[in-house]
Amino acid sequence: MDVDHNSLVGFAKSWGLFYLMLLAIGVVIYALWPSNRKRFDRAKKSIFDKDDRPGD
Amino acid sequence: MIATLTVAERQSAIALSMLVAFFGLIMMIAGSGDVLGVHGVIVLLFGLGFLGLVMSKYFEPEPPQERLTRYYDDPTKVGIVLSLGWAVVGMFFGVWVAALLAWPDLTLDAGWASFGRIRPVHTSGVIFGFGGNALIATSFHVLQRTTRARLPDQVTPWFVLIGYNLFCVIAASGYLMGVTQSKEYAEPEWYADLWLVVVWVTYFLLYLRTLQRRKEPHIYVANWYYMAFILVVAVLHIVNNLAVPISFGSAKSYSLFSGVQDAMTQWWYGHNAVAFFLTAGFLGMLYYYLPKRAGRPIFSYRLSIISFWGITFMYMWAGSHHLHYTALPQWVQTLGMTFSVVLLVPSWASAGNALATLNGAWDKVRDDATLRFMMVAAVFYGLSTFEGSFMAIRAVNSLSHYTDWTVGHVHAGALGWVAMITFGSLYALVPWMWKVERIYSPKLVEVHFWLALSGTIIYVFAMWNSGIIQGLMWRTYNDSGTLAFSFIESVVAMRPYYIARTVGGSLFLLGAIVAAYNVWMTIRMARLRGVTETGGTDEPVLPGAGAALQPGE
Repeated sequence: MDVDHNSLVGFAKSWGLFYLMLLAIGVVIYALWPSNRKRFDRAKKSIFDKDDRPGD
Repeated sequence: MIATLTVAERQSAIALSMLVAFFGLIMMIAGSGDVLGVHGVIVLLFGLGFLGLVMSKYFEPEPPQERLTRYYDDPTKVGIVLSLGWAVVGMFFGVWVAALLAWPDLTLDAGWASFGRIRPVHTSGVIFGFGGNALIATSFHVLQRTTRARLPDQVTPWFVLIGYNLFCVIAASGYLMGVTQSKEYAEPEWYADLWLVVVWVTYFLLYLRTLQRRKEPHIYVANWYYMAFILVVAVLHIVNNLAVPISFGSAKSYSLFSGVQDAMTQWWYGHNAVAFFLTAGFLGMLYYYLPKRAGRPIFSYRLSIISFWGITFMYMWAGSHHLHYTALPQWVQTLGMTFSVVLLVPSWASAGNALATLNGAWDKVRDDATLRFMMVAAVFYGLSTFEGSFMAIRAVNSLSHYTDWTVGHVHAGALGWVAMITFGSLYALVPWMWKVERIYSPKLVEVHFWLALSGTIIYVFAMWNSGIIQGLMWRTYNDSGTLAFSFIESVVAMRPYYIARTVGGSLFLLGAIVAAYNVWMTIRMARLRGVTETGGTDEPVLPGAGAALQPGE
């Protein structure tokens, strides 16, 4: 197959859209997935641990 | 500092220094008669200097095993000091460059002091010297605290920090001698670029190795931003700097790309340098130091994840808005413009998240200048990302491009967002690192805050005025259809704004000097206290080992 400028443009204009849409949907699902809530809540509070030493 | 290295680590430090010196020697010989030779001498002296430094402490006793129960913060401390040093130097050159535009005689009739040479010293000095060192220093701190893991060894972080500063020195000294690739924010020539690749890949591997040792199951979002910064800057740097030197004995090289491909590659790099160097890394700072200082967790962790992926994936496509109305295909310009506009969503999500975190802690913002630095940074982040999206629209760009409006926009971001979040984070970090309750003088932090804020506002308003006047003068036609103003008339109209800009920049520089003094005095305060109170210092006392075996300070 001959890859010329126009076919690259066509690819970018079609599949580029789909991959960004899929990525956006995936990210939103990951961020809002109910079972991830506990992990995120723990993560955002974890930086307040008083102990300034590495974990065991 | 060197006494905290194990003997094996001291040996690898010696080997690395010798290797650097050896490469310096090769550059010196191969490049004799060329500026490459001068850089060879600098690299050689750099390597020999560190060799001597490590050798002088080589026979100190081994550090105690107890060190492994603490975080390794020495590179962070040195990084903070280097960052502030570069801030003063880089901003001094900035004020000089600004003054040159109002008073062109300030070149002192010297080639090295001409506008084209000292401007990149300013841009590289503040972006790479000040910003880069602050990013490296804070990333080591945030990485260890959020993963609850100590850095895997004690040589790699030094290699990254010192190697990076060698790159900065080579870059800045090269500009003064006229060495440049003529690519904005990527001016250093091929040998400096190759060296930075080595340093940067080591940095990324160090980050991954520490993450591998993490004790926290979830990787805190600040680390995502820092990693995006490191990884993407590596990719950008390698691709944009693909070039062929005219010989191995010459500093000069030619880019692999030409014409509009070269322009597109450069601005793909240039805009993502803004996105990943000047935004992602500093958002990492924001997501750690702002909640920490405010004593409140980030408003929405989920929103921070969504905006992270938004920023990383959309910025990649925005670079072509730098090339509106050029030979670049129209659809690529439109693509860049569209992505730039959509980028407002994740950008404002981050800025809003930061401000919502402060909601309920406004009394702290009022009383604590350190937190206020971070608050103002979030506001300027919101403002300049809005302005950026707006300016990327083709019709707006036809007025703003090539004018001082662009310069004003960059500085709204660089002074208002990047420098403010950095100073805020450093003011928060310094007392923790040197184990004192507070900074030497909170009053001086307050003074710095108002100097920085007024300097930024004067600067940005001056550039908005001059930029729009410039843009309008360039596109005003008279009845016969020719330009109403000559170019020199637009230059004359700029003069009052250039003077105002120099004043604004000077205030900002003054603030940075105050910060450097304040941090220096804090370090002295910590040292003096360490002498009077035994055992209260950073260095743990060895139980039962006897005073003679204690590691040196």
